Amino acid sequence: MVILNSPISKKDVVKLRAGDTVHLNGIIVTARDVFHKYLIERRPDKYKKLLKNGVLYHCGPVVDRVGKKWIIAAAGPTTSMRQEPYTADVLKEYGVSGIIGKGGMGDRTLEALKKYKAVYFHAIGGLAQVLAECVVDVKDVFMLKEFGSPEAMWVLDVRDFPVTVTMDSHGNSLHKTMYERSGKVLNRLIQS
Amino acid sequence: MLPVDNIGLLDIFVELIRRTSADLPADIVSAIEMGLLSEKENSIAYKTLQMILKNIKLAKEKSLPMCQDTGTPVFYINLPNSVSQIDIKNEINKAIKVSVQKLYLRPNIVDTLTGKNLGDKTGPGYPVINFEEWKKDYIKVILMLKGGGCENVGTQYALPDSRVNAGRDLEGVRRCILDAVHKAQGRGCSPGILGVCIGGDRVSSYEESKRQLLRSLDDRNENPVLDKLEQSIMKDANKLGIGPMGFGGRTTLLGVKIGSLCRIPPSYFVSVTYMCWAYRRRGFEYKGGKVKRWLY
Repeated sequence: MVILNSPISKKDVVKLRAGDTVHLNGIIVTARDVFHKYLIERRPDKYKKLLKNGVLYHCGPVVDRVGKKWIIAAAGPTTSMRQEPYTADVLKEYGVSGIIGKGGMGDRTLEALKKYKAVYFHAIGGLAQVLAECVVDVKDVFMLKEFGSPEAMWVLDVRDFPVTVTMDSHGNSLHKTMYERSGKVLNRLIQS
Repeated sequence: MLPVDNIGLLDIFVELIRRTSADLPADIVSAIEMGLLSEKENSIAYKTLQMILKNIKLAKEKSLPMCQDTGTPVFYINLPNSVSQIDIKNEINKAIKVSVQKLYLRPNIVDTLTGKNLGDKTGPGYPVINFEEWKKDYIKVILMLKGGGCENVGTQYALPDSRVNAGRDLEGVRRCILDAVHKAQGRGCSPGILGVCIGGDRVSSYEESKRQLLRSLDDRNENPVLDKLEQSIMKDANKLGIGPMGFGGRTTLLGVKIGSLCRIPPSYFVSVTYMCWAYRRRGFEYKGGKVKRWLY
C-alpha cells in the first residue's frame, strides 16, 4: 500500500501504477456535474491555486451544520463517466494531479492523464460512511448558495482515504482491461 | 383532514425513510456475506465486499445514509378505499422535509429547467408514488430509495435487436439481459440486482421491471419458465468476472427477478432496472393508528 499526501507532485504521480492501493492524506476537493461545467464554460481563475497538483473528488456529500462548523455526514463517490466531456480540459487548465470517483473514465481522459501527468483513483461506490469518517475537517466551501450542497465545491481534509489507482499516467486502465476481458466471456455466453 | 385512523403516520413515514436509508434489509446483507465467502481471501473483490459490509454496519449504527446518493424515493402503496391518497401524499411530502433536516436524505431534488436544488421540498417527479386500492382493511407501504448511478445504467431493448443478435424468444431475452450486465459494469455499483420485465409497452415494461425488485432475494419465481431464466442469468452473469465494483471477481450479481406483461404483436420489449448493492427498500403495514408489521 502507498501512502500519499495531497496535493500530489507530478514526480509522485508518475510513480503510481494501475492496481496500486493508496491511502490519501491532505486536501481533496469535491466537484461534480455542475461544477465541472462551470470550470470549463466560465474558466474562473479563482480555483487555479487550489487545484494545482490537487485531487478532485467526484462526490456530492450529505452535510450538516453544527454551530459554525460543517460536518460531512455521508460522502461516497459518484459515477465519474458523466465528467468525461470536461475532464481532459480540467486537467489541462488547472493542472490537477488526481481524480477520485467510481466506475472509471473513457479514452479521452486516459490520454489526458498521460499527457498532463495525473491518475484516476477508484473509491468504492456507496461507501458513504466509511469515507465520511476519513474526513477530519471541512476547510472551505464554494458556490454553495448557487449550486446547492451536492453540487458545491467542498474542500476536505482527509486521513487514510482508501482508493485504488485504476487509470495511471502511463496509459493503463483496469476498466478497459476488465471491459474487454468480460466482453470476451459475454460473446462466448451469447453465442453458445 | 386525515381520518382518525391516520394520525401518527408522519412519524412512521420518517421512521420508514430512516430505516430505508440507514439500515440495509437482511436478505441483501446475507447475499453480500455469501458473496464474500465465494471470493478468494484477500483478493480485491474480497476486500471490496469487506469494506461494503463495514459501511453497512456503520450506517446502521449511526442512523445515517449508507450511500450519500439517497436516490429517488419510490413508494408503492396499497390502501383501502376509505383512505385519501391526497392525505397520504401530504404526509409523505412532510416526512421528506423532516428526513432532509435529520440527514436521512440528501437534498436531492433539482428543478430540471433552472438547475436549482430545491432543498427539502418535493415536486413533480420527486417523490414517485404508486397508489393501488385493495380490498384489505389496512395500508401497506413499501419505499425504495433508487440511486442515480444504478438508475442511469437501466436499459430497454426492442426485439429483434441485431446489436446483441437477439430474436423474439427467450434466448433473445437472455442475450439482452447479459449484455445489460456487461454494459453496466463499474458504473452501477456491483454486485447488483436486476429487475427485468419482458413485454408491456415502453412505460409499463420499465415500471414492472422496477416493481420486480420488491421481491425478496430468496423468492423463487412462481412461473417455472421465468424461474429457470432467473437461475440461468444468475449463473452466467457471475461467470463474466466483473465482480464487486468491476474490479474483477465472482460476485457480479446478487439476484435476478423477472416478470412478464402481455404485449401487442408489433412490440417485444425487454426492460432492465439495475439496482446497486445498496438495495434500499423497506416497508410497513399500518392499521388503527399503528404499525402492524415492518416489512423486509
